[in-house]
Amino acid sequence: MIERQEYQEYIKQNSPKSPMVRTLFAAFIVGGLICCIGEAIGDVLKVIFKTMSEKDVATWESCIMIFFGSTLTALGLYDKIGHFAGAGSIVPITGFANSIVSPAMEFNREGVFFGVCAKMFVIAGPIIVFGTVASFTVGLIGWFTTL
Amino acid sequence: MEIFLNYLKVFAVGGFVCMLGQILINKTKMSSARILVLYMLVGVVLEVTGAFKYIKDFAHSGISIPIIGFGSNLAKGALEGMKEEGLMGAISGGLGAVAAGLTTAITCGFVFGLLSKSHSKKI
Repeated sequence: MIERQEYQEYIKQNSPKSPMVRTLFAAFIVGGLICCIGEAIGDVLKVIFKTMSEKDVATWESCIMIFFGSTLTALGLYDKIGHFAGAGSIVPITGFANSIVSPAMEFNREGVFFGVCAKMFVIAGPIIVFGTVASFTVGLIGWFTTL
Repeated sequence: MEIFLNYLKVFAVGGFVCMLGQILINKTKMSSARILVLYMLVGVVLEVTGAFKYIKDFAHSGISIPIIGFGSNLAKGALEGMKEEGLMGAISGGLGAVAAGLTTAITCGFVFGLLSKSHSKKI
């Protein structure tokens, strides 16, 4: 038996250290590129649908990015990008799509109900809950201040 | 030339936001779920304080494609709904503003989850 503290120190010494400069560089490049792809989709939409409002362009843009992120996850490519890029692939909206699709695919073996449908929200659940509560709080405070 | 400068701004701001996330991961070993929640709440705060609009005018997708944009949409929807319909708008506006994105993500998750071939790992 080893003590808890010793074990913690053992972990600290032996866990892989992420090299600071390389991971930051990778996150910067990949994150920036994903945002540029999003911007390019928005620009193409503006050219094709000239009458589309700014808000609709932004909504379509994020929907298409989510679809791309999901497709890349389903093909197994997104995890490879994520291995290289770290936060560069987590923070963009494609990472949110990945966090839904990836567990859904992984837990397929546990059935449709408690596998795919339930485990889909393992990572996305906290985001949706926090987001819903935060938006309601903001709306409620706004409502009280305008009374 | 202008379009090049525009993309450079998107790249710089988007990359910088992701780099901050990577610093958090390196320093605190936060899991991706916590990073995503934190960034989304930052987006809510930015939207409420009004800073998001200025960053978005400068960097466009550089700030709206990171999940900060998702949080900002939630807050914006709730505030706009509150102005139009009062309390009911404050309740329904937030999720209403992100409904398109959520529906896409959940539908994709369901379809790809059903199609995936991970049956081999059956226990």
